[in-house]
Amino acid sequence: MNWILLVEQVLNGVQLGLLLFLLAAGLTLVFGIMDLVNLAHGSLYMIGAFIAASLTQLTGSFVIAAILTLPATMLVGMAVEVLCLRTLYDRDHLDQVLATFGLILFADDFVQLVWGPAGMDIRLPEFLRTSFEILPGVVYPTYRVAIIVVGLAVAAFLYFLVARTRIGMLIRAGASNREMVGALGVNIRLLFTLIFGLGAMMAGLAGLMAGPILTVQIGMGNDILILAFVVIVIGGIGSIRGAFVAALIVGLIDTVGRAFLPEILGLFVGQLAADTAAPSISSMMSYLLMAVILAFRPEGLFPPRSG
Amino acid sequence: MLKKTLTMAAGLAMLGSAVQADDQTVDIGFVTTLTVGPAVIGRDMQDAVDLAVEHLGGAMAGKKINVIYEDDGFKPEIGKQKTEKLVNSDNVDFVAGYIWSNVLLASYKSVVGNGPFLISSNAGPSQIAGKLCHEDFFSTSWQNDQTPMAMGEVLNQRGVKSLYIMAPNYAAGKNMVEGVERTYKGEIVGKDMTKWPGQLDFSAELAKARASGAEAVFVFYPGKAGVQFFKQYEQAGLKSEIPLYSVFTVDSISLPLLKDLAVGSLNTQTWSPDLDNATNKKFVADYKAKTGRYPSFYAAQSYDTILLINSAVEAVNGDLSDKAGMRAAMKKADFESTRGRYSYGNNHFPIQNFYLREAYKNEAGEYTVKTVQTVFENHQDSYASECGM
Repeated sequence: MNWILLVEQVLNGVQLGLLLFLLAAGLTLVFGIMDLVNLAHGSLYMIGAFIAASLTQLTGSFVIAAILTLPATMLVGMAVEVLCLRTLYDRDHLDQVLATFGLILFADDFVQLVWGPAGMDIRLPEFLRTSFEILPGVVYPTYRVAIIVVGLAVAAFLYFLVARTRIGMLIRAGASNREMVGALGVNIRLLFTLIFGLGAMMAGLAGLMAGPILTVQIGMGNDILILAFVVIVIGGIGSIRGAFVAALIVGLIDTVGRAFLPEILGLFVGQLAADTAAPSISSMMSYLLMAVILAFRPEGLFPPRSG
Repeated sequence: MLKKTLTMAAGLAMLGSAVQADDQTVDIGFVTTLTVGPAVIGRDMQDAVDLAVEHLGGAMAGKKINVIYEDDGFKPEIGKQKTEKLVNSDNVDFVAGYIWSNVLLASYKSVVGNGPFLISSNAGPSQIAGKLCHEDFFSTSWQNDQTPMAMGEVLNQRGVKSLYIMAPNYAAGKNMVEGVERTYKGEIVGKDMTKWPGQLDFSAELAKARASGAEAVFVFYPGKAGVQFFKQYEQAGLKSEIPLYSVFTVDSISLPLLKDLAVGSLNTQTWSPDLDNATNKKFVADYKAKTGRYPSFYAAQSYDTILLINSAVEAVNGDLSDKAGMRAAMKKADFESTRGRYSYGNNHFPIQNFYLREAYKNEAGEYTVKTVQTVFENHQDSYASECGM
């Protein structure tokens, strides 16, 4: 095994992890703080990708489209919260699962109606379509570096927002005791709408970042959402820090597993059997890890300190 | 007035005898994917079937054609349920369609031997071509291995010494890999079977392909997975480094999204929009006029499916109870296919030509494919000898 390949695979793992983090951060914000199980988070990711694709075609610039997509998905998210989810906070999780599952079906059909079944293409600008030597001998695609940079920036922004600002303080307080915060004169309804909008914006950001490397298509959120749930369960529900670490772990396990498992298995069983079994086993590994962590730390690796 | 009375009588008769298919119509159940990501393939097939019905004037041997579309949702278990519904409660005369080998395999036993004929408009798993072959099954496509076998031959002709292979880990993916391995004479330096469906990212595999030093990469990624693959291939800087050969990846489904990314890429197929025969010219022109899109091979094969059924129904003058007569007619493949005439082997898979095609941009600025050469003439699949028919 040469070290260049290893470095490249670790980078791939980190990049996939950060993409997962973008999705998981919004999910854990909504789940952990508002106590709302939102299965439709993947639909917001899909809608973000479709909006970004349309805006790229309309404006001819991916960068402008990206800037406009963020407030657009935030608005979509806030509208969904006000219209559909507001009444669900007091219901139990099963009702929320059912209602948001319905939203997934609605969103998939809605996208098919508006954008058609063909899917869309997000054209990257020339400067993002190249690759460069990130370390001596390691050539890496520019756009994937961009994903890493954006992922890290979002992590820093969220940390700052939640830990260092007044609104972050209200968010944390609202998570612990929403009646008390409400009694102190804070408009908790508006606060929750804003948090949900923020979560939707993060999903939209994940969608627009994923669009150019994955395909923008109906149901694209459903595949990745399961992994995002695995991430927040491993990390500890409601914990941004946990989501960050867990996303990196899951990304690395997934990538490194896919890269090296066939060879490793090949040492023990025949190559043919290894080739067939390795993809299944490597896609199972994240779930195995989740099971192990749940057995030893049911709260996840980094349960939130409040509530 | 008479028509109304007849309809009412028919309705009453239906009520009386529980569920009985209307024998004044030719009932065709068509299973494809109409929702979720690959819905775009289902739409192409549906448009082609509708066009074929239109070209036939809506009738076969004087009987009205009734097509019932069912959506498999890209899942074998749902495909099987829908198939059972078509066979048991709709009492269709023909079950057709099937994009995915795993869906067809799951649904197969629910149709063959239970009355209706089963016609695959796309999937061609090796099992059905071999041991599981059945007299009531026909294919208007190909056996999965054949197209990659043709590509293996092309690689030999071009003197490619080493190859890296990637395909999704499911029934068709495995057949595709076996196919290319069967004819390719150079060295296979690496192989990845990726998760299907839902692999998001090919970066790990692409890094391995680069490190392997292969002279060429061969892939099979149907539908939009192919778009994802080609994009990531370019972004990794591999497009200019290692030539990419594919089967069922660059087609009129993926080309509108791939555009210049795919131009010049080579693939093999039994059909091409520029094949020079009267049926194909009419099919491609009318399809484009109706939908504004180039038809895909999925569409061409679905169109052929309806023509094949028509040839059988015409042969027995609309007597749908004459199963033996229809079977014998279909065995002759006595219709003008979009790929020109072909014949059936003992396992009811076509014996046909395979072409090398290249993606290009035509004068009108549309992305499509053109035929480069004929790779195999009258090629029969490798599993026919395992079929006991």
